[in-house]
Amino acid sequence: MGSNYDDNVTFTDYTLSQEDLERIENVLDQDLVKSGVHSALLIDMAGNIIAQRDNGRCEHDLYSLAALASANFAAVDTMAKIVGEEEFSLLFHKGENENIHFSKVDNDFLLITIFGKEVSLGLLRLKVAEAVDKIHKVWKH
Amino acid sequence: MAFVNMRTKEVQAKVVYYGPGRGGKTTNLEYIYKKFRDRIKSDMVSIKTHGDRTLFFDFLPFDIGKIMGYDVKIQLYTVPGQVKYDATRRLVLKGVDGMVFVADSQEEQRKKNILSLKNLQENLATYKKSIFKIPLVLQYNKRDLEAQGIPLLSLETMEKDLNSQLKVPFFPASAATGDNVVATMKKIISLTMTSLQSVLK
Repeated sequence: MGSNYDDNVTFTDYTLSQEDLERIENVLDQDLVKSGVHSALLIDMAGNIIAQRDNGRCEHDLYSLAALASANFAAVDTMAKIVGEEEFSLLFHKGENENIHFSKVDNDFLLITIFGKEVSLGLLRLKVAEAVDKIHKVWKH
Repeated sequence: MAFVNMRTKEVQAKVVYYGPGRGGKTTNLEYIYKKFRDRIKSDMVSIKTHGDRTLFFDFLPFDIGKIMGYDVKIQLYTVPGQVKYDATRRLVLKGVDGMVFVADSQEEQRKKNILSLKNLQENLATYKKSIFKIPLVLQYNKRDLEAQGIPLLSLETMEKDLNSQLKVPFFPASAATGDNVVATMKKIISLTMTSLQSVLK
């Protein structure tokens, strides 16, 4: 095998310090959970949970959810490419009591929010956009 | 692409079971799930067709306890083995840290094993990973069928077909009876953790 392979270290190519993680968790808390979101998760595209915050009453199996969400996102993304789209901008699943919204943070990360009837989709999208913006800033920092 | 959370002292690593269709990948995970039921807090997730074939993947998160002070969570995945699901197979490989290749020992499956291993090499290459460098264990599954008079490939043949260049650890096994299923898993976890060790220090 040639030298174009780079998996000598099969480790993540992003690093987040404790402070960065705290900042991200703060964003999830302040911008999303405080706005009525039941649970907010930042995951990577391999399905790992990077940061998670909820309102304390959420008992979902988040590890399975993260695995499925990353796979679902990857599948939808591939479908977009097949029909000639760069990406589908709105990814949202509506349920009777719980809804799930997906937002790409950058090529490697996804922000997932679980929310109920009391939050409108419009407000949620606004809040998620703000949160994504702030998470980007943590990265740059 | 394992994720290490320095704050909660938690490691999440992804191990994928690969191999030809009907080779026993899902059965491996089902056995592990049954065997360690009391230690696995969540349910096994399977996305399958009505015909009970894996459509996207199976998923089983497994807490293996503390290693070097870190809480280690291994996420076990399988891929769909059927040839036509190559696109979804590739998606599951994203961010993989360790691999188990489950080969079917039946004589008539010889070619399928070789093709599937080649397919694994190609799909890893799309993520710029080399099959020669990633932690990998081979499992020669369905050895129990010999007792039923079904013709099996000898271990020497399978080694020659699949492992002559890779030279990775291998296990003759039976996912249906559980024989060497746990041994296979332990081996890949230990290889995967060794490859992550430099980061955990």
